[in-house]
Amino acid sequence: MNYPFDLHIVWFLLVGVLLAGYAILDGFDLGVGSLLLFSKGDQNRRILLNSIGPVWDGNEVWLVVGGGALFAAFPDVYATVFSGFYLPLMLLLAGLIFRAVAIEFRSKEPSTKWRSFWDRSFAIASIVIALLMGVALGNIVIGIPVGADKEYAGGFFNLLNPYALIVGVTTVSLFAMHGAIYLVMKTEGELQAEAKKWVKSSMIFFGVCYGAVTIATFIFAPHMAEKIRQQPWLFLLPLASLLSIANVPREMSRGKEHLAFLFSCLSIVLLMSLFGLGMYPNLVPSDINPDYSLTAFNASASEATLTTMLSIALLGMPLVLAYTVAIYTVFRGKVKTSHLHY
Amino acid sequence: MSVEILARIQFAFTVAFHYIFPPLSIGLGLILVIMEGMYLKTKNETYKTMTYFWVKIFALIFGIGVASGIVLEFQFGTNWATYSRYVGDIFGSALAAEGIFAFFLESGFLAILVFGWHRVSPKVHFFSTIMVWLGSTFSAVWIIVANSWMQTPAGYKIVGEGMNAKANITDFWAMVFNPSSIDRLSHTVTAAWMTAAFFVTSVAAYYLLKGRHLDIAKMSMKIGLSLALVASLLQLVTGHKSVVGVAANQPAKLAAMEGHYDSSKPLDITMFGYVDANGQKSVGPKIPGLGSWLTYGDASKPMKGLDQIPEKDRPPVQATFQFFHLMIAIGFFLIGVSVLGAFYWWRGTLWDKKWFLKLMVWCVLLPQIANQAGWFAAEVGRQPWIVYGMLRTSEALSKAVKSHQVLTSLILFILIYALLFALFVFLLDRKIKHGPDDTTSDEPSDDDLILDKSAQKAMREVNA
Ligand code: HDD
Ligand code: HEM
Ligand code: HEM
Repeated sequence: MNYPFDLHIVWFLLVGVLLAGYAILDGFDLGVGSLLLFSKGDQNRRILLNSIGPVWDGNEVWLVVGGGALFAAFPDVYATVFSGFYLPLMLLLAGLIFRAVAIEFRSKEPSTKWRSFWDRSFAIASIVIALLMGVALGNIVIGIPVGADKEYAGGFFNLLNPYALIVGVTTVSLFAMHGAIYLVMKTEGELQAEAKKWVKSSMIFFGVCYGAVTIATFIFAPHMAEKIRQQPWLFLLPLASLLSIANVPREMSRGKEHLAFLFSCLSIVLLMSLFGLGMYPNLVPSDINPDYSLTAFNASASEATLTTMLSIALLGMPLVLAYTVAIYTVFRGKVKTSHLHY
Repeated sequence: MSVEILARIQFAFTVAFHYIFPPLSIGLGLILVIMEGMYLKTKNETYKTMTYFWVKIFALIFGIGVASGIVLEFQFGTNWATYSRYVGDIFGSALAAEGIFAFFLESGFLAILVFGWHRVSPKVHFFSTIMVWLGSTFSAVWIIVANSWMQTPAGYKIVGEGMNAKANITDFWAMVFNPSSIDRLSHTVTAAWMTAAFFVTSVAAYYLLKGRHLDIAKMSMKIGLSLALVASLLQLVTGHKSVVGVAANQPAKLAAMEGHYDSSKPLDITMFGYVDANGQKSVGPKIPGLGSWLTYGDASKPMKGLDQIPEKDRPPVQATFQFFHLMIAIGFFLIGVSVLGAFYWWRGTLWDKKWFLKLMVWCVLLPQIANQAGWFAAEVGRQPWIVYGMLRTSEALSKAVKSHQVLTSLILFILIYALLFALFVFLLDRKIKHGPDDTTSDEPSDDDLILDKSAQKAMREVNA
């Protein structure tokens, strides 16, 4: 069959869309999770958890679907990355399990010890998840040892390099900021005042990290800027992301937290686009030999599967968006009060 | 231990743990639809209290199902990378379809089911309950399709050679409707109904014995018992269809299930017993020729036995035999229990039959055991193949993964799951002992997320 577009590129984009969707949605609830560490009092922590209670599970499905889509569209990437990042991935899974059950279990017992144990588990799991995802992303940016057989040839400690760690910490800070803004939208009174403070500190934290990542990228991964050097108009993209990020504190100080949240989402999208642009067509660059890199072309499933999957996506995604919107609409408004589930 | 053994133990352990929860979610989903539907129809508040109660239990089960499911999704890549490369084209698409069509549906509407009682109108709430049930059933559809393709591959071609060989899709619908999909899907979903039905009757019987929450207990018992009766009889039909399918598509598996070696003889059915591998026969009370009669309608027709299968292509016979027989024994026992229960109900003596109610309390375990035994029979009987006749389990591993890594993660999962399971049982026990809240007032309950006053008012106006 002939299409006016290349299916490999479409799927490169679609996997990016799923990852960005995941980062925007689960990003804020991971952020709220990490802020749980700083929130005082059972009552307040309940409200925090309640603000994400009905939606976090659906948000996480973006990760599940992203994983499935990667498996179907780029089986080699799925296989190489997951078997190569074996232990960090197992840690990530442990984090996901703890998070899921912590929010479920915490309200089931009145004892404060029980509750603060699960709250702390939830917070730590949220931070670990964000950190590990960032570390994985950072490693992908600088390239990992992939051999001619498409297999990962490094060890565990290859993955803990300074660049990857910086990206990891940046992810934590980005999600914390994103989550704090979400909380400002969902709370009121004293707790909202506190959330506003969290927005401030996490914004500074993220600002510093963002600067560090930018410099580190020029040092460790100069290839990420290659395309912009060749096509200077592409410079608009990093510029847009900078402006979008800078606009977040501006909207906050004008008291428009909804707009701030929107710009926080937009910043995530723009950062993901920068990442995608820098990577293309690579999905997993090999630092042994660029020829061994897994790309959108040499690591993909067959055209038939890419086509089928595209129909599935075109059929499924509108449905998914429709009920995501419906559910967020049902649960809009501020969360408060004491008799709550979590 | 080798990577292979460890990876297999890890897969079997994590999937078996996961599979404690999905059948309950799928079956309880249906039961919730029935209960809430009855409430909407009769406006009887007891149905509402009952639905509330079962929704709470459902949420607990669902939560652990989700947590343990994510592990599986990634495990194909971590532990079975070679397999993933080989079948990504096919297997990956079923898994992705599951995410898009099922998981989003389930998790989205679950929020309304659990937290939305006072946020949406009763009709919208009921609609959400139906969507959660459909979502969980759809997820069974896609994962069973994926697994059935591994049992009876169809709609593919092999491209490339040696290290680079891969299965590519040639016909998506042939892949979806491969020869065993429908049989196994109907069998698994019916099993899920049985699992939840016996769970509900167990809790109801417990309350009846304790003399607590009698209204709710009786209503739950009636709903549970009706479903148990229908599902366990239906299970005989779907199980039979599965046997016929296995005979046609996986003769080595069927031969192992019955310990049948001699291809010149018809297939006898052993009621219970063991396989004497040296004597090349199964030992125990037999119904001669029943197997051949069930499959071909002719009790004297010979059936292919293990003697025609090369040694290296045979599954572990004893284990397959025992798991298979355990499942069937439980199936027949549960038919007996549900028929007897229905009989007592009809006679009006069910509520006083103490011994029978005690039995019902314990019956909750049997479908669970049968589920596990069924999967073990199906999966062990597929060995030594991971994709039947195509790719061997020993060739499917991740090359980049070392045994100490798998050992570490295996220990990690054993510890986490042991903790989870203990807490799950503890909390379930608490919830059941606590029982339904006898309040049916319109005050928002613990499970409700409360809006600010204006939104609440708006909601009430919409509902009114
Ligand atoms: C017959 C049904 C069935 C079977 C055989 C499996 N599952 Fe499952 N799975 C479900 C039925 C289900 C479910 C009913 O949809 C769950 C369980 C409880 C729940 O809450 O959703 C679920 C949850 C669930 C989740 C979490 C979804 C979410 O975040 O909402 C994932 C990722 C998987 N499963 C993946 C798998 C994989 C990779 C399996 C194969 C090895 C598997 N499941 C076997
Ligand atoms: C949920 C119920 C399931 C149970 C209880 C179950 C049970 C098992 C068991 C016991 C094994 C180990 C067999 C052995 O090593 O001898 C196994 C292996 C495996 N099963 Fe399943 N299985 C289930 C569902 C699935 C599904 C739905 C899939 C795929 C869609 C699947 C794919 C596999 C794979 C990839 C292996 C590893 C290779 C192997 O050891 O055979 N299983 N399963
Ligand atoms: C009553 C008689 C029963 C018969 C004749 C029967 C038959 C079968 C057969 C032949 C298989 C293997 C299918 C395959 O490998 O493709 C199977 C698998 C299975 N059975 Fe049964 N079964 C019966 C009862 C039950 C009961 C009572 C349950 C649980 C409540 C159950 C749950 C399962 C499950 C979960 C599987 C694995 C999934 C599958 O392969 O379909 N079975 N059964």
